[in-house]
Amino acid sequence: MTTFTTRPQAGVAPPVPPPRRRVRGLLTRHWYAWAMVTPVVVVIGALVMFPLVKGIYLSLTDATEMNSGRTIGVNEIPATYSFVGFDNYIDVLSGADGAFYSRLLWTVQWTVACVTLHFTIGLGLALLLNRAMRLRGLYRMLLILPWAVPPFVAAFGWRLILNEQGGVANSVLGLFGIDAVNWLGEPLAAKISVIMVNVWLGVPFMMVALLGGLQTVPKDLYEAAEMDGATAWQQFRAVTLPGLRPVSGTVILLGTIWTFNQFPVIALLTGGGPGGSTNILVTEAYERAFQGIRDYSGAATYGALIASMLVVFAFFYKRWLAKQSEEVFG
Amino acid sequence: MSTRSRKASAGLHITLVFASVIAVFPVAWVALTSLKTDRATWTRPEKLGTLGVSNYTQVLGETRFLTWFGNSLVVAAGTTVLGVLIAASAGYAASRMRFPGKRPLMWTFLVTQMFPAAVLIVPLYNVMSDLGLLDSYGGLILAQCTIAVPYCAWMLKGYFDTIPVSIDEAGRIDGLSPLGTFWRLIVPLARPGISVTVFYSFITAWGEVAFASVFMQSEGHYTLPIGMATFVSDFKAEWGLLTAGSVLVMLPAAAVFFLVQRHLVAGLTAGGVKS
Repeated sequence: MTTFTTRPQAGVAPPVPPPRRRVRGLLTRHWYAWAMVTPVVVVIGALVMFPLVKGIYLSLTDATEMNSGRTIGVNEIPATYSFVGFDNYIDVLSGADGAFYSRLLWTVQWTVACVTLHFTIGLGLALLLNRAMRLRGLYRMLLILPWAVPPFVAAFGWRLILNEQGGVANSVLGLFGIDAVNWLGEPLAAKISVIMVNVWLGVPFMMVALLGGLQTVPKDLYEAAEMDGATAWQQFRAVTLPGLRPVSGTVILLGTIWTFNQFPVIALLTGGGPGGSTNILVTEAYERAFQGIRDYSGAATYGALIASMLVVFAFFYKRWLAKQSEEVFG
Repeated sequence: MSTRSRKASAGLHITLVFASVIAVFPVAWVALTSLKTDRATWTRPEKLGTLGVSNYTQVLGETRFLTWFGNSLVVAAGTTVLGVLIAASAGYAASRMRFPGKRPLMWTFLVTQMFPAAVLIVPLYNVMSDLGLLDSYGGLILAQCTIAVPYCAWMLKGYFDTIPVSIDEAGRIDGLSPLGTFWRLIVPLARPGISVTVFYSFITAWGEVAFASVFMQSEGHYTLPIGMATFVSDFKAEWGLLTAGSVLVMLPAAAVFFLVQRHLVAGLTAGGVKS
């Protein structure tokens, strides 16, 4: 990974000089680096940090579309929302506003189901493709095709397939004598549908990444295991899985973040429906902000909660990264 | 590996064929539907009707598909150029120099590239509205940069880390400034990494849905996902237009994708966490 540094230091730290000279010393020594990062710092400051602070402030108010400042024609209506402290958070976290815990539960189910299926199917296909056989290149190309499809296009295509009136999915079921399913209209069926589509989209990445990982596992380990009389399953447990660990750890983390944040699939396939049952936290926050009477403060509260979950996640991720590079390079 | 029995070999191929069919079927179905010219057959899977390209001529000629396509291109190109340009120098500084503030900076890249649009969309909407940037390319490009910049900086730092420092040192000895070293030596060497970063941020911005659906309010400014979503709503189902549009979007995307995909996996697992 990329966290280890072997850069030569710009010089051994000198004894601490008096304050003013210290500032000047820092500037002369580091102005180049600072100049190079300034554009990024300005952009992130203006476009991420400032809105983030503003969002946190909004989450402490009762701002909605009705009481926010706006301009209608020539009349400017000033903002009339007020500071309400932690009321929004109490509402959301105590369950008083109803939706949060069911959305959180579904977000967790969705993430776990998708990532588990991505990984197991991806690993299975990678193991199959990792053998010498005819048509291997063709299979590989066909199997990564879903990755080449932009997610929004995939969502449209699957809507056509899962369409209750005359979708091809139901006619295929009909061939087996199974009744038509209202794929996008029933809560449970809709949940299965969005997971299915996201799995379809996400398996190729896992497959290709794990296939790369499999090719780095030393061949002589397998030979040694075979000499010792290990069965195929034992070889898989004792050689393949440990050999894949660096790759699988990374792709599972990536998959978790991507799935947790997956917007287009849910927004374009079911629009969160029916009745919000397929809304994960990010689509729920979006819906609060921009549908019906726009509840800016409620959406900002969701946003702040999502952001804090991700910060905690990033903290553990960073620790894990550091440990990984220690294992590999230390 | 020892030679497989006939049965095992057949099982292997059957499994792979089955998986390939599942992978290809939705794409093939969209392509097939786009060629069905009879409205009545779009939702009659067992019927073909007459096949033809009238859906394509209609989507190109009678809808604003080409405008949306152009909008998506402008926004994605703008985001990518801006993102990669400013992220590259920061990535280089983070890779090669030690300076106060470097750790918090890297931490910021890591955390902000995990932020989904939902975290920033409300305050950004208010800011853009105050600045009069709603429904403009500039506003959407800036909003998309919140995704692209941290991601590009993180990816590019990872690539620069893989280039030996001795090259920089040689450049410095020959009298190049740090910026000169970066521009004349490192950027050319990092070209494969930079092109993958460019491709990925382009594709991400191109298909972005959350910001685009809120910020672009007039039909002439829609990007592809937003515009194409209007073909099929609760009130109408222009599947012919939608599928023909989908094919037109998929073809170039898939072509470029297959060219760069090998580098893509290496790049993503080595340095990035961004979707």
